[in-house]
Amino acid sequence: MSDDNEIVSQNEKPILKDVIKGAFGSPTSAGDTSGFGGLVTTIQAAPAAIRPYGSYFDSIVDALERVLKTNNLTLEQVVERVVVQHDQLTLMVISKHLVTVAQALRDDRELRFEMCMGVTGVHWPNEIGRELHAIYPFVSITNNRRVLVEVVVPDSNPHIPSITSVYPANNWHERETYDFFGIIFDGHPSLTRIEMPDDWVGHPQRKDYPLGGIPVEYKGAVIPAPDNRRNYHG
Amino acid sequence: MGIEEKLPSGVMLTSVEQLAGYVRKSSLWPATFGLACCAIEMMATGAGRYDLARFGMEVFRASPRQADLMIVAGRVSQKMAPVLRQIYDQMADPKWVLAMGVCASSGGMFNNYAIVQGVDHVVPVDMYLPGCPPRPEMLMDAILKIHDQIQDMKLGKQREKQVINLEVKSLKESPLIELKGLLS
Repeated sequence: MSDDNEIVSQNEKPILKDVIKGAFGSPTSAGDTSGFGGLVTTIQAAPAAIRPYGSYFDSIVDALERVLKTNNLTLEQVVERVVVQHDQLTLMVISKHLVTVAQALRDDRELRFEMCMGVTGVHWPNEIGRELHAIYPFVSITNNRRVLVEVVVPDSNPHIPSITSVYPANNWHERETYDFFGIIFDGHPSLTRIEMPDDWVGHPQRKDYPLGGIPVEYKGAVIPAPDNRRNYHG
Repeated sequence: MGIEEKLPSGVMLTSVEQLAGYVRKSSLWPATFGLACCAIEMMATGAGRYDLARFGMEVFRASPRQADLMIVAGRVSQKMAPVLRQIYDQMADPKWVLAMGVCASSGGMFNNYAIVQGVDHVVPVDMYLPGCPPRPEMLMDAILKIHDQIQDMKLGKQREKQVINLEVKSLKESPLIELKGLLS
């Protein structure tokens, strides 16, 4: 596996995802005893990889391109970016083509990704227009290969087509991601909450969701609720 | 609950109380309500090394109708709370609740939106057992203290008086913040 710097294109403008100021547990007011209160950390999206991607990644992308051609689609129309990072291949797929890609990954005889391991949500509140990310890890038992598919949607229109028609086992995973992040999976047979009570308000795993909690009383002293003790959002 | 509640107070009732208390405490049937890591300690308590059978309660009933002690072992999430209340309601009287561990007693380390801050918000608790998780010895100690409560439980009119006295006593207790400790 070659170093990341060698395989990514150098002339691409980096995409800024978030800027975090200070360290965890050090609010800008008093109380920073860590000495890291002045830290500024920028988080950038991984840049697009350039060919050859290395390992088995090229053959996956080639096979996907071949299947898409039979659907009268090109790779550029479907995949906005191919990322190779940490020895993993990630396909950033445009949401309306997700089911086509999932079908191709499952059914093509070269790809044969028999399993979808679920769907993970990520919330980037400061990545304007691209707040909600859904990540699908696929595994091929036949070829012992893995690929990640990432779909990005804005918070204002959080709709992603459901892939339960292709991978029925993703039913509960999509309900969980809906429950915790508020991503709506169109075409899901019954998209209801799965972890939180049915009448719950809000989606708890979003970064702007308050942690909650109550002040704790001791003999002669009170400490505030956990979300008021520390600064969690930089 | 039965004919023993109708007995006139006196020597007769006191003897019946003693007998009923002895019989009840000697054969408690705990409901399995393991919710988290405390459940592992609860199972260890029931197993051979700590041998809860010595106190007549090694069988954990999975059906609430055959149980009279609910050991809430672990944190209760907001979604679990109605389930817990339903299990409690299905248990036949007389019944007791033991909040095992800090999470069941007060929410413990889970001071957030998802966890009920103490199971006493949902069901009346007879015994609070601290620890994270408590050792089997501590659980056995709490159970023996519940045994003492059961042994001393009154019947009929005396029971009503006992309940009122306990209520008056607990209302007189000063809140934790007014107590003096190392932090004040």
